[in-house]
Amino acid sequence: MPKTLLQLDWLTILIVAILIGFGWGNIYSTTFVSPEESILDLSKIYGRQLLFIGLGVIIAIVVLALESKFFERFASIIYILSILSLLGLFIFGKTIAGQTAWYSFGAFGLQPAEFAKTAVALALAKYISELDNDLSKFTSQLKAFAIIGVPLALIMLQPDAGSALIYLSFLIPLYREGLPHFYITNGLLAAAIFILTLKFGFTLFAPVFVFLMIIIYLFNRTKKPRLWLYFLALVFGLGFSYSVNFILNSVLLPHQKDRFDVLIGETNDIKGSAFNLYQSEVAIGSGGWTGKGWLKGSQTQGRFVPEQHTDYIFSTVGEEWGFLGTSIVVILFTILILRLFHLAERQKSQFNRVYGYCVLSVIFVHFFVNIAMVIGLFPTVGIPLPFFSYGGSGLWGFLILVLIFLKLDAKRKSLD
Amino acid sequence: MRKLLPIILVSFTAFLFLIRLFYLQILDDSFDEVSTNISVRKVYDYPQRGYIYDRNGELLVGNQPAYDVMAVPLEVKEFDTLELASLLKLSPERLKTQLEKAWRYSPRLASVITPQLTKKEYAVLQERMHKYQGFYIQKRALRDYNVQHSANILGYIAEVGDREIAQNPYYKSGDLRGKQGVEEQYEEVLRGKRGVKHFLRDIHNKNIKPFKEGKFDTVSKKGSDLHLTIDAQLQAYGEKLMKGKRGGIVAIEPSTGEILTLVTAPSYDSDLLVGRKRSRNFTKLYYDTIQKPLYNRALQAIYAPGSPFKALTGLVALQEEVVGLEENFKCNGGYTYGRGQRMGCHHHPSPVQMVTGIAHSCNSYFAQVYRRTIEKYDTPQEGIDVWRGHMASFGLGDYLGYDLPVGRAGLLPDSDYYNRAYRYPTYNWYASATLSNAIGQGEVLTTPIQLANATAAIANKGWYYKPHIIKEIDGSAIKDEKYTTKQVTTIDKEHFDPIIEGMHDVFNYGTASFLRVPGIEVAGKTGTSENYAKVDGERVQLTDHSIFVAFAPKENPKIALAVFVENGYWGSRYAGRISSLMIEKYLKDEIERKDLERWILDHSLEDEYAKPYSGEPFKINQ
Repeated sequence: MPKTLLQLDWLTILIVAILIGFGWGNIYSTTFVSPEESILDLSKIYGRQLLFIGLGVIIAIVVLALESKFFERFASIIYILSILSLLGLFIFGKTIAGQTAWYSFGAFGLQPAEFAKTAVALALAKYISELDNDLSKFTSQLKAFAIIGVPLALIMLQPDAGSALIYLSFLIPLYREGLPHFYITNGLLAAAIFILTLKFGFTLFAPVFVFLMIIIYLFNRTKKPRLWLYFLALVFGLGFSYSVNFILNSVLLPHQKDRFDVLIGETNDIKGSAFNLYQSEVAIGSGGWTGKGWLKGSQTQGRFVPEQHTDYIFSTVGEEWGFLGTSIVVILFTILILRLFHLAERQKSQFNRVYGYCVLSVIFVHFFVNIAMVIGLFPTVGIPLPFFSYGGSGLWGFLILVLIFLKLDAKRKSLD
Repeated sequence: MRKLLPIILVSFTAFLFLIRLFYLQILDDSFDEVSTNISVRKVYDYPQRGYIYDRNGELLVGNQPAYDVMAVPLEVKEFDTLELASLLKLSPERLKTQLEKAWRYSPRLASVITPQLTKKEYAVLQERMHKYQGFYIQKRALRDYNVQHSANILGYIAEVGDREIAQNPYYKSGDLRGKQGVEEQYEEVLRGKRGVKHFLRDIHNKNIKPFKEGKFDTVSKKGSDLHLTIDAQLQAYGEKLMKGKRGGIVAIEPSTGEILTLVTAPSYDSDLLVGRKRSRNFTKLYYDTIQKPLYNRALQAIYAPGSPFKALTGLVALQEEVVGLEENFKCNGGYTYGRGQRMGCHHHPSPVQMVTGIAHSCNSYFAQVYRRTIEKYDTPQEGIDVWRGHMASFGLGDYLGYDLPVGRAGLLPDSDYYNRAYRYPTYNWYASATLSNAIGQGEVLTTPIQLANATAAIANKGWYYKPHIIKEIDGSAIKDEKYTTKQVTTIDKEHFDPIIEGMHDVFNYGTASFLRVPGIEVAGKTGTSENYAKVDGERVQLTDHSIFVAFAPKENPKIALAVFVENGYWGSRYAGRISSLMIEKYLKDEIERKDLERWILDHSLEDEYAKPYSGEPFKINQ
C-alpha cells in the first residue's frame, strides 16, 4: 500500500488540490457576509463546501484503499446500481426548480447524476476492453451507445439537459478506440450547420449551402466525383438545417430559445434572458489585469451574478483575480487534461486507457461548456466547473472519477 | 492520429478562452464603467440652499423640505401601476410616460418621476416605497418665502430641464436651479456644493458598505447666505403704493450704489412658484401678456425719460460753458425753431435762468441750451457725440452692470444713429433735428434703474457706484471691484450746485410744491412723457407716463430714486406722490401725510390700462 501511494501521480493531485482550494476561496467570496463569522458555519455555503472537502478527503482515502482490480471486476454492478439510483429518483427524489435530480437528506442532498459519469466510464471501459468487441462494427457501436444512452435518457427525463450534454464527452474515448471518423466529422458538420442556421436562419443558409456544394463538386478533380454522394449530403444538410429551424421555433421552450438568442446576440434584454450572461461578462470584464482583489469585487460582493457560487464561479475569478487569475485557471485545467491524456496513453491495459480517456473527456467537456458559457461563447447550460463550483455531489463525483484512474495508474506502475 | 483529438481539443479551447478573456478583461474597457454603474450607488446629499436676508437682517427667503420620487429604470421591477399611480396622485398613463422618459434619459441614472411632494404626502408614501423596486425618494429643499413682496427681485427655483443638464454637467435630473432674480444671479453661491457618497450595493439594492472606503466621496457644502441691499420695509411699502398701477420704482443709496428698492408692478406672489403647482402657475404668469407680471419693468422697460432729463441737459450745457447761470431766457409758451417748428411749453413765470428753468421745467430754456451745446462744435455729428459722451458717463445707454440677470441698454443716440436715420451724407441734419433730446422726449430711452442711477450721480455731484443688490455673502461685505470702484461723470463738481438748487426749488415753488416732505430737504424733478402704443395695428397716443426722480436729504443724500407710473399723466400726479411718500417712509419711518398716502392707495389706473383693449375710441390725459 505505501508503495502504491508513492506511485500515485502527484502532479494531478497537486493540480486538483489547487483547484479545490482556489475554488473554495472564490466560493467564500461569493457568499461571505462578514469576516467575523466562522468559516465552519454550516448554515453558510462556504462552510458546507469546507465540510464537503473534508468528506471528499475521506472518500479519496477509501477509493485509494480499494483494490484496483475491484473497479474492473465490479464495473457492471456499479453501472447497474447507478442506473437504479437514477431510476429511484422518480420515486424518492426531491423536485427542486422543476428538476427531480436530488435525494434529500435533511439539509443536504445527493445528485446521482454526478456519480453516474464514473459508472458509465467504468462500464464503457469494461465493455470496450472485452476481446470480442470491435467499435468498427455496428453492433458493438450500438451496444456502446446503449451504455451511454440509458443514463443519458434517465437524466434527460429529470429533466437536466446540461448534465445530459456531458455524456457526449464519451464519444472521445470511443473515437480513440476505433469509432469510425464518420461520427466525429458528421457531428462537427452538424454542429456547424446548427450554428449557421441559428445565426442566419434556414432561408439564408439553404442557398449558400447549395452554392457551396456545387463549388466543391466542380473543383473536385481527384476522382470521378460520385454525384449521388453530393446529392445525399445536400439532402441531409438541408434537412438538418430545416429541422434545426423547426426545432428552434416550434419545439424548444421559450427560455431555451432565449439562451441561444442571447448567445448569438439576437436579443439584448439585459434585464431578462440576457441578465446572467451580461452580469457575468461585466464582472469578468471589469477585472482587468490583476482583478479587484479577493473579497473586493463589486459585482461579486453585490451578488449581481446569479448562481455565482455554482455554475458562474468563474466570473468571480475574473472579477477579483483579473486576467491573471482566469488564465491561471484555464492553464491549470489544460495541464490537468493533458496530464491525464499522458497517463491514459501510457496504460498497457485497454480498460485503464479507456477509463482514463473517459476521465479526461468528462473533465474537458465540463471545463469547456462551463467557461464558454460564463464568458459568452456557449448558451446557458447548468453544469459546474470541476473541483471549483460549490456542491458536494459534484466534488465527490469528480474526486472519485479521477482517483480511480490514479489508483489504476499507480497499480500499473507497481506492476512494472 | 486518433490520439491527437484530445490534444487538439484542449489546446484549441485554452487558446480560445485566453483570447476571449484577454478581450473581455484587457481590451474592452467598457465593463469597468458598467460595473461601477451597476454596483456602486451614488447617494447625493443636497445641502441647504442659502438664505436670503434684506439689508437689515430680515429673513426674506428660507427653505422647506420637499420630496421627489425618483426611479432608476433598469432597476424597476414589475409593480402594480395602478396602485403606485394613485399613491403618487398621477394618472397611470402619466406614470408610464414618465418612466419611458426616464428610460430615454438613461436606464442607469435616476430620473424624477414626480417632483416635490409635501411632507404629508411623503409620510404616506414612505411606508409603501419598499414595494416598488427601483423607486426611491430624494429629499430636497424648496424655498419658503417669508415675505409677500420682492418676487421679481428674488426670482424662484425650478427643476432643471433636459437642455440645461446637457449644457451644464453639474446638474442632474431633478436638481433645482435658480431662475430669474437673485436666485439665478447668485445660483452658484446659494446652491452650495452637492455632496456625494458612493456605496457598494447588492442586487437587492441594499447598500453593503462604502465604496473604496469612501475615497471618492465628497462632503456637501451649505449654500451661502446672502444679505441683499434691499430694505424690506421700503420695498413692501413701494409695492403697496404701486398696487393698481404699472411701472417701477428704483431707489438707490447714492453713497454706495446699493439698491434699496426695486419695485416692478404688477408683480406676483412668490408662493405661486413653489412646489408642484409651480409649472402650472408659471405658465399662467408667463402667458399673461397684458399684465406681464414676470417682466421686470424697473430693469427691462424702456421709457422716454421726459423732463428729469433736463437736469442732465443743464449739466452738460454748464460743463460745455455754453450758458451762464445768470443768463435769462424768455419763454413765450414755447420755442420756435427751424422753419416754423415749435416746441410747446406750459405756463410758468418768464424769463427763466438755469435754477428757475429746472424748477419750472421750462422746455424753451433747455431746448436752447441744448442747441447751443450741439452747435458749439463744427458739425452736429461732433456735437452729438460730445453730448452723448457726457450722458453715457451717467450710465445711460448701457446695461449698467448691476447684479440681476435681466436688463435693457436703453438708447442713447450717437452721430451714426442720426446719420443713418437722416441718410447722411445724402441729406444733412442739424442740431434742431435732435432738439427733443433736450427735454427727454427725443430718441433717448431709459430704464427706471438707469434714471435712478443718474439721479444718484447728481446727488453725489458727479460720481456713482454701479448699482447692485448684493450686500454681504455669508456675513462678509462684498469686495467685488465692480461695485466698489467709483464711476466718475464728465461733469465738474461745481456745476451740480445750481442744478440741485433748481431741483430743490421744484418743491419750493416749482412743479411739485405740494409734495414737500415735512422736515426734509428734497431735490427732485417731475417728468411727463408722451407715449404711443399699437392698437389694432394703428399707432395711438396713450395717456402720458408719470415720471419723477428725487433724492433726499439735499445735503448728504441717503436715497435717490426714480419712479415711473405708466399712463399716470403728469409727473407729480402719481410718480411725484409716490416718490415723496417713499422718501418719507425711508427717512422718517412713519408717514405723517396720511391723506397723500390714502390718495395713492385709493387711486388705481386699471381703467386707464383697459382703454386700449376696450375696442372703442377713448380719450387720453384726462
